[in-house]
Amino acid sequence: MGEFINTFIKSAFIENMVLAYFLGMCSYLAVSKSVKTAFGLGLAVIFVLGITMPINWLISEKLLSENGLFGMDLTFLRFILFIAVIASMVQLVEMVVEKFSPSLYNALGIFLPLITVNCAILGGSLFMVAREYTFNQSVAFGLGGGFGWFLAIVAIAAIREKMRYSNVPAPLRGLGMAFILTGLMGIAFMSLMGIDPGVFAGK
Amino acid sequence: MAETAVKEKEVKTAEPFFGKKERKLLTDPLNDNNPITVQILGVCSALAVTSQVYPAFVMAIAVTLVTGFSNLFTSMLRSYIPSQVRMIAQLVIIAFLVSMVELALKAYNFPIYKQLTVYIGLIITNCIVMGRLEAFAMANKPWRSFLDGIGNGLGYGAVLIIVALIRELFGKGSLFAGSAVEMKIIGPSADYFINTTESTLFGWYSNNNLMVVPSAAMFVIGILIWIQRSRNKKLVDIS
Repeated sequence: MGEFINTFIKSAFIENMVLAYFLGMCSYLAVSKSVKTAFGLGLAVIFVLGITMPINWLISEKLLSENGLFGMDLTFLRFILFIAVIASMVQLVEMVVEKFSPSLYNALGIFLPLITVNCAILGGSLFMVAREYTFNQSVAFGLGGGFGWFLAIVAIAAIREKMRYSNVPAPLRGLGMAFILTGLMGIAFMSLMGIDPGVFAGK
Repeated sequence: MAETAVKEKEVKTAEPFFGKKERKLLTDPLNDNNPITVQILGVCSALAVTSQVYPAFVMAIAVTLVTGFSNLFTSMLRSYIPSQVRMIAQLVIIAFLVSMVELALKAYNFPIYKQLTVYIGLIITNCIVMGRLEAFAMANKPWRSFLDGIGNGLGYGAVLIIVALIRELFGKGSLFAGSAVEMKIIGPSADYFINTTESTLFGWYSNNNLMVVPSAAMFVIGILIWIQRSRNKKLVDIS
């Protein structure tokens, strides 16, 4: 349990996907014009990251690794399998949500299919492999990373809504300002680096 | 006069291999239609690899190859791909190319492969590749799509290398660290060259650690966008 909380806090705050690794930047910049849509997309990302991360862990450990099911090193298939899992999971999630909760489906709208090409999802899976996480850690990393992404996009959407009333130089308006704001937010999040996640794990 | 008229006629009938339109496809993404600063595509990986010039350079080559060839292959297959499964088909093409690039890099330049880590794999979800496939390759002939892909890759690479030049020069005082042409440009040389009396420009300069921090990339790109848009008024965002 301690390990779980440790990884969650680390991935959500200290190594935030957007602000420390710039993952999922495209949709982060494109969909952060209003808080409402940013909220919907953030929730969808938490959901998909939380599901795909354990599945991809199972695939890379049980199928592709040398002591897996086929008994040989198949890591060169990693990219194709990961992206296929992500694309099909997004499709599945879309169908399930549409069937059981049409209101949530309407709220998320076009953002669900867009998540397939969100770098944060594939990036999360690749980081998981590179850092050699255990199964528990990969679940925590999926949820924590998604939560961190959610925090970042809602925060920048709120700031950008307020920026509309400010007198920004015309060439810097919109995209330019969004970049500089994200840089400032990144510096603000760097102050959380001092946190020792071990405290929460009771070590 | 007559000569040029004849030439033009010839060109028209022969369907130019590399005419004005083709050149435009290559040069447009470098400035007016830059993937990063104008189309906001592929920002994700652009920022993380720009703390030094050499990895940025390798990344730029990798992305240019992937965009060029994925555009070419998708354009060749475009009439055989059913529209319902086109995303998956495109992703398979891209994932195949990226796997090739990854294996090649692992074999020939392992230190850089280690440095780029997951960002090579992330070319798959780099929005430039997918975006150009959807916007251009699905509706155009293979040769033009190939040029469009190469052009966009170069536009991406140009921004990457500009940002990396600024960050490495002010953050570390060196350029092309890790490659064969590594050089120290500014700042004290004592902590860089061991046992040399070689001096560099501006010996008083001490490295600015802000430039090494990831957030610096955001500031540098923000300022690049500012400069580009104040020179080119039609790009200014009104909203």
